Amino acid sequence: MAQDKSGFSLSRAAGYLAAAVAFALFAALFALAGAVLTTGAVLFDLAWVPSLGIGLSFMLDPLALIFAALITGIGGLIFLYATGYMGDHPQFGRFVLFLFLFMLSMLGLVLARDLITLFVFWELTSLTSYLLIGFSHDDPKARRNALQAMLVTAGGGLALLAGFILIGFAAGSYDLAVILQGGGLQTSPLYGAILTLVLLGAFTKSAQIPFHFWLPNAMAAPTPVSAYLHSATMVKAGVYLLARLHPALSGTGAWEITLTLAGGATALFASVMAIRQRDLKQALAWTTLMALGVLVLFLAQGTGVALTAALTFLIVHALYKAALFMVVGAVDHGTGSRDVTALRGLRRAMPLTAVSALLAAVSMAGLPPFLGWIGKELLYAGVTPWLVLPLLAANALIFAVAGVVALRPFWGAPPGPLPREPHEAGWQMLAGPVVLGVAGLVFGLMPGLLQPLLDAAVMGFGAAPAAELHLWAGVNLPLALSFATFGLGGLLFLAAPRLLARGTDLSFADRCWDRLLAGLASFATCLTRVIQSGRLSRYLTLSFLTAGLVTLVTLAAKRPLLAVDFTAPLPLWVIAGFMLGGAALALTPHSRIANIAGIGTVGIGVALIFLIFGAPDVAVTQLMVECLSAVLFGIALLRLPGITERRSPRRRALHWGIAGIVGLSVTLILLAITAHPPDRQLATYFEENSFSLAHGLNIVNVILVDFRAFDTFGELTVVLLAGIGAWALLKRRIGRARG
Amino acid sequence: METILAILAGALVTAGLWLMLSGNLLRFLFGLMLLSNAVNLAIFAAGRLTEGRPPLLEPGGARPVGELANALPQALLLTAIVIGFGLFAFALALTIRAYRSFGHLEVDRMRLAEPEEPRGEA
Repeated sequence: MAQDKSGFSLSRAAGYLAAAVAFALFAALFALAGAVLTTGAVLFDLAWVPSLGIGLSFMLDPLALIFAALITGIGGLIFLYATGYMGDHPQFGRFVLFLFLFMLSMLGLVLARDLITLFVFWELTSLTSYLLIGFSHDDPKARRNALQAMLVTAGGGLALLAGFILIGFAAGSYDLAVILQGGGLQTSPLYGAILTLVLLGAFTKSAQIPFHFWLPNAMAAPTPVSAYLHSATMVKAGVYLLARLHPALSGTGAWEITLTLAGGATALFASVMAIRQRDLKQALAWTTLMALGVLVLFLAQGTGVALTAALTFLIVHALYKAALFMVVGAVDHGTGSRDVTALRGLRRAMPLTAVSALLAAVSMAGLPPFLGWIGKELLYAGVTPWLVLPLLAANALIFAVAGVVALRPFWGAPPGPLPREPHEAGWQMLAGPVVLGVAGLVFGLMPGLLQPLLDAAVMGFGAAPAAELHLWAGVNLPLALSFATFGLGGLLFLAAPRLLARGTDLSFADRCWDRLLAGLASFATCLTRVIQSGRLSRYLTLSFLTAGLVTLVTLAAKRPLLAVDFTAPLPLWVIAGFMLGGAALALTPHSRIANIAGIGTVGIGVALIFLIFGAPDVAVTQLMVECLSAVLFGIALLRLPGITERRSPRRRALHWGIAGIVGLSVTLILLAITAHPPDRQLATYFEENSFSLAHGLNIVNVILVDFRAFDTFGELTVVLLAGIGAWALLKRRIGRARG
Repeated sequence: METILAILAGALVTAGLWLMLSGNLLRFLFGLMLLSNAVNLAIFAAGRLTEGRPPLLEPGGARPVGELANALPQALLLTAIVIGFGLFAFALALTIRAYRSFGHLEVDRMRLAEPEEPRGEA
C-alpha cells in the first residue's frame, strides 16, 4: 500500500470518527451521572422475548457507570492512539470496526439489566476479542492464541449461561433489578450449582488461576488492543460480573474461600511472573493478572472498606495500565524493541513519553500523591489479616515491575544500538498516556471527585457505607505497610536484572491446553471411525441399540403403570398364533417362497385383526396391499439371487439380543399407554361433526377426504413419486448402458 | 386384548429387526414388511380396541348408541399402509437395481460412495 502523504485516508478518518463517538458516549454518561447518583439507576426497556420473560433492558447504576465511563473514556483514547500507532496499516479500517464492535459489546455487557442480554453481550466480547487478538491473521501464533482466548472465555460463557438459567429458576426472573432486591440466592437449593457455574464464567473471563494462561498469550494482539483489553475491558468483565452479582451470591463460606484462594493465588503467582519477563508487554500482561487477582480477592469480602478498596483499585489500575501499555507501544513504535535489557536512556529522544510513563508508573507503584497511593492504602486497610503478607509481597513485586517497565527504559545511559533511531510519537499516541497519567495525579490530589460515585456504588452492594478516600489518613498500620512495600520493592527493583536472567518460559498450563485440544481432536476422530464406519450393518446396529436402550432406560427410570390383561376372544388367540408362525417362517434362509408366504400370513393376520375390531376399511386396504406386495415380491424373486445366511452363530445371537431389546421396549410402551384411559376428544369431535360438517356417514372416510384432505393429497403424491422412482430405477436401457 | 397385540407387535418388531440386521438386501425388505405391520398394529392398539363397532353413523347422521371404534387411528393407519406400500415398492425396485449393478445383495460390500479407509479397520 502506498504511504499516504497527504495525511488523509479514509481508514484514519474512521479511527478519528470512532474516537469521537466514544468521547460523545463518555460525555453522555457524564451528563447522566447526576441523575444516576440522585435516583440510583437509569433504566431502559425493550421487550425482546416476552414469552420467556427476557427483555432487551438496560440499567445505568453507579457500578455500571464506573465501568461504562472507563470503557468509553479509555476507548476514545485508544482509538486516537491506534490511529497514530497503526493508521497506515492496510487493514486499519477493519481494525477500527472490530475495536468499535468490541467497545459496544463491552458497554452492553456492563449496562445490561437482563441476564440473558448480559450473556449475549458477554459472548459478543469473546467473539470480537477473538477477531482483535487474531488481527495479524497471517501469523499462526496470533491465530492460535486468538482461538485459545475464545475457547476459554466462550467455554466459560456456556457455563455462565447455565448459571444464569439456574438463577432465573431460583429467583423467578432474569431481571437483575428483581434478582438483586430479592434478598439473595444464598439460601436457594440451587446455590451451589449457580455459584460454581457463575464463577467458572467469571474466572475464565478474568483469567484467574487455573484459567490464566490465555491472557499473556493474548499479547499477540496489536498493542492498542492489549492496552484496551487489559485495562478497562475484556478481563474486567469477570470482575464486573462478580461485583454485579455480589449482593445475590456473596456472604457464604464457599464464596469467600473460592474467591480468596483464586484471587490470592493469581495475584501472587502473576506478580512473580511479571518481574521475570524481558518483554515489556509481557511484563505488563502479568501485572494485569496480578491486578485481577487482587480485585477478586477483595470482592470475596463484603465490608465497606474492602469494596471501596476493590472499586478504587479498579479505577487506579485501568488508568495506569492503559497508559503504560500505550507507552510501551510508543517505545516499540519509536525504537523497534520491547526488550527491557536493551532499552535505556530514552528520555532525551522521547521526553513526553517518558513523563507520562513516569506519571503512570508512580501511580502503579503506589507512591503519593497519586491515586495509586490511596488505592494501596485502602487495600491494606481492607485486607483480611492473614492475607497481609501475600498482599505485601505482591505489591512490592508490582512496585519493582513499575520501575523496570516505566523507569529503566527512559533513564540511565543513552541507548545502545536499536532497530530504529528513537523518536517521539505523534500527538495521537501521546494523548492517551498523558491524559490518563494526569488523571491519576488529579484524582490523587482531589479524591473527593471520586467519592460520591464510590459511595453510591458501594451502597449498591447493600453493604456498609464506603470508606473515605484520603491522601493522608494518619499514622496507622496501612502507612507502615506502605513503607514496608517501598523498601521491599526497592530491593526487588535492584535485584530485577538477576531475576530476569532466570528465564521466562513457564508454559505448563499452555502445554496442557495444547494437549487437551489434541486429545479432543483425536477423540472425535476415534468416535467418528467407530460410529460412522461406512458399513450399513454398523449403522443399523447402533441406531437400533440406541433406540431400544434409551426407551428401556427411560421406562426403568419412570416406572410407569403397565396394563396386563390376557382376556381376549378366541379368534384373536388363533390369529396371533398364525401370525407368530408366519413371522417364524419369514426368518428361514432356505426358501424365499416360504418367506413370502410367512410375511403374507402376518399381513393377512393384521387385516383380520382390523376386521374384528371395527376397522373394515383399513382391513380391506391392508388386504389389497398385502396381495400386491406378494405379487411384487414374486416378480422380484425371478430377478434376484437366493439367500444364504452369512452371519456366524454368535453374530446371529447378538442380533437377536439387539432386536429383542427394541421389541421389548415396543411391548412395554404399548402396555404403558394402554394402562391409562384413552383420550377420545378428537374421536368424539369427528363422530359429532362428520355428518353435520361433511355430510358423510363413514367417519374414517370423512377424516381422510375432508378433515385431513391435504394430508391425503400429500400421501397420494408420495405414492406417485415412489412409482415414478421405481419406474426410473427399473428402466432396462439405462441398466444395460451402465452394466 | 391390547396386551396380546402389544406382545405380538414386540415379537414382530424383533423378527423384523433381526432380518434387517442380516446384511442381505432382500431379507432387509422382508424385515421392513414385518416392521411396518408391527408398527401399524401398535398404532391400532394404542387407540384401544372396540369389538365389532365400526365408526359408521346411522342413515340420517345420527350417532349409534354406545361407544364406536376409535376413528382417528384408523384414518392414520390407512395413510400409513399406503405410504408403507409406496416405500416398499420403491425399495424393492432399488434392490433389483442394486443387484443389476453390483451382482450381489450384501450391503456391507456396497461401498462405492464410502470406500474402505486405506488404513483399514479391525
